[in-house]
Amino acid sequence: MNLREYQGRELFARYGLPVLPGQVASTPEEARDIAVQVAGPVVIKAQVMVGGRGKAGGVKLASTPEEAFDRARDILALTIKGLPVRKVLVAQAAEIARELYLAIVLDRSKKLPLVMFSSEGGVDIEEVARSTPEKIVRLHVPLDGLRAYQARALFQPVLREGALVSQAADVLLKLWRVYSDGDCQLAEINPLAITPAGKVIALDAKVILDDNAEYRHREWEGWRDREEETAGERLARDKGLSYVKLEGDIGCVVNGAGLAMATMDLVKHYGGEPANFLDIGGSSSPEKVTAALKIITGDARDRGGASKVRAILFNIFGGITRCDDVANGIVQSLAQSPLGVPLVIRLTGTNEEAARKILADHGLTATTKMDEGVREVIAKAQEVTV
Amino acid sequence: MSILIDKSTRLIVQGITGRDGAFHTRQMIDYGTKVVAGVTPGKGGEQVHGVPVYDSVAEAVAATKANASVIYVPAPFAADAIEEAADARVGLIVCITEGLPVRDTLAVYHSIERRRAANGNGKPRLVGPNCPGLLAPGIAKVGIMPGHIAKPGPVGLVSRSGTLTYEVVDQLTQAGLGQSTCLGIGGDPIIGTNFTDALTLFEADPHTEAIVLIGEIGGTDEEEAAQFVKRHVKKPVVAFVAGQTAPPGKRMGHAGAIIAGGTGTAAEKMAAFEAAGIPVARIPSEIPALVAAAMERRRVRAGAGARRVGPARAKKSASARRNAARGNGSGGRDAARGGRVPARGRAARRP
Repeated sequence: MNLREYQGRELFARYGLPVLPGQVASTPEEARDIAVQVAGPVVIKAQVMVGGRGKAGGVKLASTPEEAFDRARDILALTIKGLPVRKVLVAQAAEIARELYLAIVLDRSKKLPLVMFSSEGGVDIEEVARSTPEKIVRLHVPLDGLRAYQARALFQPVLREGALVSQAADVLLKLWRVYSDGDCQLAEINPLAITPAGKVIALDAKVILDDNAEYRHREWEGWRDREEETAGERLARDKGLSYVKLEGDIGCVVNGAGLAMATMDLVKHYGGEPANFLDIGGSSSPEKVTAALKIITGDARDRGGASKVRAILFNIFGGITRCDDVANGIVQSLAQSPLGVPLVIRLTGTNEEAARKILADHGLTATTKMDEGVREVIAKAQEVTV
Repeated sequence: MSILIDKSTRLIVQGITGRDGAFHTRQMIDYGTKVVAGVTPGKGGEQVHGVPVYDSVAEAVAATKANASVIYVPAPFAADAIEEAADARVGLIVCITEGLPVRDTLAVYHSIERRRAANGNGKPRLVGPNCPGLLAPGIAKVGIMPGHIAKPGPVGLVSRSGTLTYEVVDQLTQAGLGQSTCLGIGGDPIIGTNFTDALTLFEADPHTEAIVLIGEIGGTDEEEAAQFVKRHVKKPVVAFVAGQTAPPGKRMGHAGAIIAGGTGTAAEKMAAFEAAGIPVARIPSEIPALVAAAMERRRVRAGAGARRVGPARAKKSASARRNAARGNGSGGRDAARGGRVPARGRAARRP
C-alpha cells in the first residue's frame, strides 16, 4: 500500500521525525482554518500519488489564510495525470537553505535494507542516479540494525558541520525504525531540508507498506483511501483477487500471477490489448469467478461511460484451482446477468472433464490450448468492434 | 534422476492437519513421495492419511529420520516453521505458504545462510516461500505441482511462477520433452533458492541435458542468472520472461513482480539473456521448439567431438537462433535434419 504524503507525515511524526505543523483538508474552508492555526505562510500540496505535482500546479504557497482558501480551491479543482485532487496538505512553509535526499529500501540482490543518501535532494532521484551517480551514497544496514556511528559516518563527508551531522543521523535512525518496525518497502524523505537556521526537517514523506504485514498493523486499515479505489478495485480486494486495470479491450481471468502476466503478453503478441491483469488465485470458489466477471464488465463504467471490454478470456490451468469450480462460477454469473460480450474459455487440469460437462449443459465450450484461446478471443473482440 | 529430491527423500509436512496440508499430503503420497510424518503443535498422536502427527519437528525427526520438510502453515507462523525445521537439522525446507512479510523472510533467509556457512555442506536449503515446490517426474513430488502433467526426461525447469510453470511443463510434455526436475523457486522479493542456485544444481545433475528458466518482472535475479550462465553453465539454457506488457509501479500479483524505479522490466531481462547467448522465447509455446533445437545443437556438437566452432558462427545473433528454432529460414531446417549448421559453441563464445 502506497501512503499519501499526509499519511506518511503522520507515520513520521509518530516516530519523532521532524515534520512541520500541518494537516490535511478536503475543502477550501478547512484549508483556511488550518492556515489560521499554523499562523504564518503555508504551503498547499495536492495529495495525489503521482510525481510532478509541482509542475502540474498542485503545490502553491499562501501567505494568509484567505490566500490559503483560494489556492486550496484552485488545487482541489485540478485533475493531475488523470487523478482528481480530493485532498490537500496544508503545512507551515519552510525556508530552505539546502535540499538533501534520504531513503531506505530493500536491496533484493544483497538481501539487506539499503540506505540511500544524496546531497542532491528535491529532484527526481532516478535522474540523479543517471546523471551524477557519484552523488548518491549507499549504506547496507546490517542484520542487527543500524548504529548511530554508522549514520554519522554516512553524513560526515557531505554535511561536515557537527550539529548538522548529528541531526541528520538522528533523522536516519528514526527513519530506520519507521522502515523496520513499520514493515515498509520504502521510506523516503525528498527533500530532507536544511533551513537557514541550521535545522534539519522532513519536507515530504513517501512510504510504501508491505501489504503482507497488514495483519500485524491494525492502524493501516484507516489509511486505506477507499474513496480513491474504484468499485472494481474494492471488490477485488474484498474477494482476495489480485487485479490491475489496463487500457485494452480484452478482459482476462486467469489463475496464478505468472500465468496471468503471460496471458496478457500473449494477447498483445497476437495483436490484442489486455483490459486487465486479474489473478483469481489458488483455491478459487465459484464466488471468486462471479466477482471477477463483475469487476471486468463493471470497472470501465466506474470512470464514466460504457465498458471498453469487447470480449473476455478465461485461462485456467487447474492445480489447486478446480476447473469445475470455475465452470460453476461462469454459469452462475451468466444466469444472474448476461455478459453482453463474447466469452472464450480455456481450461485444463484438475476436474477438467466435470467442468466441460457443466459448460456443455449450458451451451458453452472450452478449448484446452492457451494460444488457441487467446487467438479466438481476439477474433471475437474484433467482430464486436466491426 | 533429479535435483534436491529423490527416492531417499523422507518428508515431513508442517501444517498437515490444515486443509491444504492434508489435501496435498494425499496427493504427494499418491505420487510416490515418502511422507513419514506430519507436524501440528497440539495435535501430536493424531494421524492424517495414515501419517503420524507430532507436536514438533524435532520429535518428528527423532522418530522418523526425516530429511526434508514442506510447509503449509499460515503466513504469520511460516517463518517460525522454517526456523523450527532448520533447528531440527532438516536438510531441505520447502515453504509453500504465500504472504510472508518481507521482514520475516529476510530474517529467516540470513538465519539459513548462517547455518549453511557453519555446516559447510550446503544444508539446510530453503526453497520458497510462496512457491509450488518440486516435482521429480516418476520419483517424488514435494509441494503442490500437479503430477500428471510431467513425465521423466532430460529437461530441468526452474521458475518464479506457479501455474505458468505447469503450463510450460505441460507444453514440454506434449512436445515429447520430459523433465528431470521441475523447481518452483517462488514469487517473493526474497527467496531461499534463486535461479543461480538452481542452475548450479542442474549443471551438476548428470541426467539434466537442457535447462528452461521461467522468469518474470521485478528484481535482478534474471540478469544475475544470465551472467552466471555465461560463465559457469555448459548445458543449453532457454529462457522466458513473463510480464512483457506489465505497467510500471503496479504489483502484478506476486510480491516480487513489480517494475520499480524503471528497473526489473521484462525487456531488460530478455536483453540480458540474449546478450549471454541464451535463446529467449517470446511466448510460452515457443519454449519446446527452442529446447529441442538447443539439445539438437548440443548433440551435433558432441557428435563432432572437440571440433571448435568458428567465431563467425559463434556470433550468430540470438534472434537468428530463435528463428532457426522456429524453423523460419534455412538454418532451422538444416538443424532439424540433423544439420549442417553447426551449433553456437559455448567454448567458442568464451574468450
